[in-house]
Amino acid sequence: MVLDWLPSVLIAATLLLAVVGAVRRISLWRAGQPDQVDLIAGLMAMPKRYLHDLHDVVERDKYMSKTHAATGGGFVLSIALILLVHLAGIDSQILAWALLFALALMFVGAIFVLKRRMDPPSRISKGAWMRLPKSLLAFSSAFIILTLPAAGILPEGTGGWVLTLILSAVILLGLGEMLFGMTWGGPMKHAFAGALHLAFHRRQERFGGGRSTGLKPVDLTQNGQTLDILGVSKPKDFKWNQLLGFDACVQCGKCEAMCPAFAAGQPLNPKKLIQDMVVGLAGGTDAKYAGSPYPGKDVGNAKGGPDQIITNGLVDPETLWSCTTCRACVEECPMMIEHVDAIVDMRRFLTMEKGDTPNKGAEVLDNIIATDNPNGYSPASRVNWAADQNLPLMSDVKQADVLFWVSDGAFDMRSQRILRAFVKLMKAANVDVAILGDEELDSGDVARRLGDDAAFQSLAKRNLEILSQYSFKTIVTTDPHAYHCLRNEYGDFGSDALEGVDVLHHTTFLNQLVQSGALKLEAFSGGTVTYHDPCYLGRYNGEYEAPRELLRSLGIEVAEMERSGFRSRCCGGGGGAPITDIPGERRIADMRMEDVNSTGAELVAVGCQQCTAMLEGVVEPRPEVKDIAEILVDQLIEEVH
Amino acid sequence: MQPEGKRQVQDHSLDRSLDIVSLISIGQHPQSGRVRRAEQDGRAVELGMNLAEKHTVLHAGDPLQQALRSYAGMGLSEVQVLDLGPRADAVPALVEYLQDHRPDIVLTGVRAESGESSGMVPYLLAEKLNWPVVARVADIVSVENGVAELLLALPRGQRRALKVPLPFVATIDNAAPEARQSAYGPGRRAQVESLDAVIEDDQTRSDWVEAKAKPRPKRLKVVKAKTAAERFKAATAKPQGESGKVLKDMPAAEQAREIFDLLLEEKVIS
Repeated sequence: MVLDWLPSVLIAATLLLAVVGAVRRISLWRAGQPDQVDLIAGLMAMPKRYLHDLHDVVERDKYMSKTHAATGGGFVLSIALILLVHLAGIDSQILAWALLFALALMFVGAIFVLKRRMDPPSRISKGAWMRLPKSLLAFSSAFIILTLPAAGILPEGTGGWVLTLILSAVILLGLGEMLFGMTWGGPMKHAFAGALHLAFHRRQERFGGGRSTGLKPVDLTQNGQTLDILGVSKPKDFKWNQLLGFDACVQCGKCEAMCPAFAAGQPLNPKKLIQDMVVGLAGGTDAKYAGSPYPGKDVGNAKGGPDQIITNGLVDPETLWSCTTCRACVEECPMMIEHVDAIVDMRRFLTMEKGDTPNKGAEVLDNIIATDNPNGYSPASRVNWAADQNLPLMSDVKQADVLFWVSDGAFDMRSQRILRAFVKLMKAANVDVAILGDEELDSGDVARRLGDDAAFQSLAKRNLEILSQYSFKTIVTTDPHAYHCLRNEYGDFGSDALEGVDVLHHTTFLNQLVQSGALKLEAFSGGTVTYHDPCYLGRYNGEYEAPRELLRSLGIEVAEMERSGFRSRCCGGGGGAPITDIPGERRIADMRMEDVNSTGAELVAVGCQQCTAMLEGVVEPRPEVKDIAEILVDQLIEEVH
Repeated sequence: MQPEGKRQVQDHSLDRSLDIVSLISIGQHPQSGRVRRAEQDGRAVELGMNLAEKHTVLHAGDPLQQALRSYAGMGLSEVQVLDLGPRADAVPALVEYLQDHRPDIVLTGVRAESGESSGMVPYLLAEKLNWPVVARVADIVSVENGVAELLLALPRGQRRALKVPLPFVATIDNAAPEARQSAYGPGRRAQVESLDAVIEDDQTRSDWVEAKAKPRPKRLKVVKAKTAAERFKAATAKPQGESGKVLKDMPAAEQAREIFDLLLEEKVIS
């Protein structure tokens, strides 16, 4: 065949360019800060992580998982065999047939990619992504034809140099996209960065079914000196593997579809945010971004670079403050990108360096620092709610089976109803319980989500110091936010106060009591009931079952909302969002109440005082909102003595 | 590192070589009693930061006091501290500093949140420096040709415009713009410069006996309004002061007698 050297030269040349691009891309990530990752172990574990952790997420969309398995699997197999058959020139009919099979697989997959792109949903990005199925088809079909002679189907030299030239042109298109584009910022970048992100992920604990949701603490000092920058001001202040994570984005927009702030018309779109981070790490503008914008903001005006302050022109601070830290985006992301980490990292800079927390933020933080509660109440009045509860104080009894962590709900009259209901249930079950009383401090949740990690760390350390003075086996709280801090975030401060202690949410604890027969309840006879999963109980701590089991034990068949369980929509109350209060077109709580209404429920069961407050804030008429403890206490069969 | 445009000084036509010293004290949170940035002193610093390029923030007391960091977190590169012991009187040290440095304006709070909280410091300073005191300033609108145009805060949101020649001492009212958010990082990094100062024991203070304040019963305001409009009027109207008396054209001794009698009657003194 004339010019038969051409395809192999093309393969070698694009491969070489791809390697150059890879080195360049890696150097962009390495501009980030060091992070402790075991590189070898990560690379070894990567295929398993791809097949399990990543694929499990993709599998939620069966169409896409099959399409991706065919296209991606076919491509990986093809490229390995192409190197053997067309570059190394190994003359083997078996290899050639295997290659044909791999390419055919890829071709079929690409057809389905094309089909999905015919009428794409609004969440996926267009632009360069629209040409990807065509490139996939060009690549696979051209190589099929090129491989036919090697497989012995067509005689060598078929078509002469004209065909070779045409084929080479098509191959160049395909290779350009698949290899050159992979490391030079084309859509296929997701394969290269995504694979490495799986290997070097900042939260290695997430793989193998694990959960890792606690925010990482900020190093405030180094050798006794306050660090030059707290939080992330420029892209290079991120850890290098966070930058790598941003690059892994496939712009599928699953995050955008789930984001409550985006749906409410607040200026946040998690996908756009990650793409802006990519703009930041690589330098340039967002002019080529072809997905949905931040609601109310035009695309094309954002500029950034690794060394430029992000909030000066790349991302509006309002975007960062719109997030409720509900983790719906993280839960949904097939590439396991950590949006919430990045947002809080940037908030830390705004709060701890610029002193620019919007609206009530500054006031709330001042209160937390001066009074250990967000509303500035007297710390000596924390236990007032329990004046009539006859609850022993830890400072008196020193030990108890159960420590009830009351949380800042102690200061709020609505939340106090939940607290009282829970206490009544515990008393009915004869639980040996004590509270910290005025010694308890705010858990630090709000301070941390608002970016003031210094205030959070101070509260965490002082709380741990108090906890370490007493002995208890279980700590229970009705507040999922405090629960998350105690369970997942207090471990970073070198205290053994919570070692060997079960940290439980009250629904889990009550469920244990009910299942063990310690609580006698009569069946619930009200109308239809639905259950709203609090983000900090569900996605942050994986507790979806206990609240439902409790409701079942009352004979309630939960009328599930379409978005429930791990896909539950946030009430809008997390992450300090009600404090920073960024305007949108709708209120998140109203949208959640529409979800509730669509089930026809007359009562919505909740497991969080914040969710209760947000949902009760929706104007009537609307279903009643009750904490599970309140529902249970109404059905309690009290023994008369 | 401070937000731009958060609270912009409206075209104040200010003389940029203006030299301002803001005096800061250690505040005390009304609920927790914890040390903090004092409300009014914070406003004084805010005003000083918006007004002058040469702005010194000065404290008389302990340079290691952590509450100073919450002032520094407003974006100050340094805080000057006249290093005094806990028993020392702040006034002589401040007078010496101000006589040496001769600023154009000294800003203070109306009264401190801790310590004696007498509100006397600005007056004592002004007396020693022989400067005027302007009490309860809400804003400094402009400084031109050595004359400052001020707005004084009066009850119910009223303002009084005033022209005062430099130099002067001004106490800042709660009606002045709120102090900006204090950021942790800059607060930690700021320099606290300790200065030597004259140390005189506060004799008056050491003679005092301190006791916890007892809450005094409040006189109830009986509103006999029947309609919402009347209640609104009762809540917003100026007190009529039916029992008030204007003392004019009387010998000073008689006027004093009247005041003394009133204080007796109201059980302020006994």
